Amino acid sequence: MRGHLILRVVSKLLIPFLLLFALYVQFHGDFGPGGGFQAGVIVAAAFVLYALIFGLQAAQKIISPALLEVAVPLGVLIYAGVGVLTWSLGGNFLDYGMLDSHDPSHGQHLGILLVEAGVLMTVSSTMLLIFYAFAGRGR
Amino acid sequence: MLIDQFPAIVVAAPLVVAALCAIIRRETACWLLALVVAFLSFVGSATMLGQIQEYGEPLSYKMGGWAPPAGIELRVDLLSGYLLVLVSLIASAVLIYGRHSVRSEIKKGLRGLYYAMYLLCMCGLLGIVITGDAFNAFVFMEISSLSMYTLIALGKDRRALAASYQYLIMGTIGATMYVIGVGLLFTITGTLNLVDMADRLGPIMDTPAAIAGMAFVVVGLSLKIALFPLHLWLPNAYAFAPSAVTAFLAATATKVSIYLLMRFIYSVFGFGFAIEQTLIPEVIMVLSLVAIFAGSFSAIFQENVKRMLAYSSVAQIGYITLGIALANATGLTGSLVHIFNHAVMKGALFMLVGGIALQIGTVRLSDMAGVGKVMPLTMFGFVLGGFSMLGVPGTVGFVSKWYLAIGALENGWWWVVALLMLSSLLVLAYMGRVIEVAFFRERPEGAAALKEAPKSMVMTAWVFILACIYLGFDTSFTVGVAEQAVDVLMGGAQ
Repeated sequence: MRGHLILRVVSKLLIPFLLLFALYVQFHGDFGPGGGFQAGVIVAAAFVLYALIFGLQAAQKIISPALLEVAVPLGVLIYAGVGVLTWSLGGNFLDYGMLDSHDPSHGQHLGILLVEAGVLMTVSSTMLLIFYAFAGRGR
Repeated sequence: MLIDQFPAIVVAAPLVVAALCAIIRRETACWLLALVVAFLSFVGSATMLGQIQEYGEPLSYKMGGWAPPAGIELRVDLLSGYLLVLVSLIASAVLIYGRHSVRSEIKKGLRGLYYAMYLLCMCGLLGIVITGDAFNAFVFMEISSLSMYTLIALGKDRRALAASYQYLIMGTIGATMYVIGVGLLFTITGTLNLVDMADRLGPIMDTPAAIAGMAFVVVGLSLKIALFPLHLWLPNAYAFAPSAVTAFLAATATKVSIYLLMRFIYSVFGFGFAIEQTLIPEVIMVLSLVAIFAGSFSAIFQENVKRMLAYSSVAQIGYITLGIALANATGLTGSLVHIFNHAVMKGALFMLVGGIALQIGTVRLSDMAGVGKVMPLTMFGFVLGGFSMLGVPGTVGFVSKWYLAIGALENGWWWVVALLMLSSLLVLAYMGRVIEVAFFRERPEGAAALKEAPKSMVMTAWVFILACIYLGFDTSFTVGVAEQAVDVLMGGAQ
């Protein structure tokens, strides 16, 4: 993609904002529509845009498929790990209130934050892996 | 108390370990982890079932500490406990069984992921049974189905991919219909908790929205069950999946959907409405009888033995749903008992066929000539399993057909009893074909020397074959629990 100057410049400008917007959606999930699923897709979209403009190899240099294959189950582990943590603190599975011994509502905040981080990781990696799989066909 | 956490542990442990397996990817380590966690689930399920039998109270678990009906409730009563024991037992056994056949059928780099998917599938199936929340059941249904599609696609035959895709499309349609139905019920009741939904649906069950919701749920689940004529995905999926996957699926997947259908018809929509005021029992009865005959007839003409057993599963599912349609305590007991019995005998038969596939390389009937002489243990087990399918007294097949027949007589449907008898002849026809080829034909000249399948495979299958006979005499577990579970189902009605 040597020639497409406008595309390259515009997408370089766009990608940081896409990632920022993803973070906004991620953290806004506590209060309104949003959360790990939507944010994960936006993160993946940023990388897909990069791969479309600068080529699959350049994208895979930044995030390799092998890394993604670990990130997918790792996100699930973060999610389930929070559940295991609340077990060890004497609560029910995913009882976030247990995470803060002083104020359960703080625990709720912390719990949902961690769980959504796990969701973000799994969803974005899965989306990107699917894209890699399709884009890499026939190579 | 640790036992209070058992409902969550039984489902969450396979999920956690599945993710771990996907990271580790080492075949042996994953297999060991999977075996440990499956066995743990089995012990947990059996403990819970024992506890419920002792105290007579269902276990209720508040997910995340949120009280039902707003929060998600995991609910273990006799019926779900019975299914939990079945699924976790089969999952553990197939893991022991499958080590060798997985090695021969699945590519080296994928074996760790195979175990991860297997655990996910198990987690989904256990989840459907244990949850007391209609939407949560959908989520677990998707978890189990998606992992199942992957497992089927791992089959050695190229056609496995097409079979898996076919199942994906049909399964997704089924799940979508289920979720549309649940959505309709949610809009009129405002709750997703099954117990709460049943309470609120009582007075408004005859409204159009409720009836539409019921229709969607029943048809969607029938697709998952593979009730005739919605069974088209099943034969190919079972025939081309890896042997261990087929044994696991045939014994558990459809059973779990049948459980959910029973739950909805009897507990949520209610006996008084769904059975007495709609055509559901009549429709299910006709379809079950057609399934029994069409499935068995198709089985007779199959050249691929796995496909033959798959068509036989369509027929056997017909027996189970027939019990739902009989709608009396005896028939329903027969249905529940047959869920367990069919899982045990079909599981065993698919395991034995998997052993043959490993040794000969194919499961075509024509390649099995004279196998009985070189693999006597395998084929003798196959004969006993065949007897059980036939319903010979002293085997599990007899017990469940007995209850179904008595249940039909209680309704005055003597002609159903006659049809049941007749259908056994068809079983004789297709099982007899395999036995004839294996025992009474000579091995072709120059055929490669054969020996028995690895011990772990034959032994696991034989444990199940022996269970077919043991449970045929000592019915205290299957019939005992099933009768109590029927009380739970029918109790919700009166």
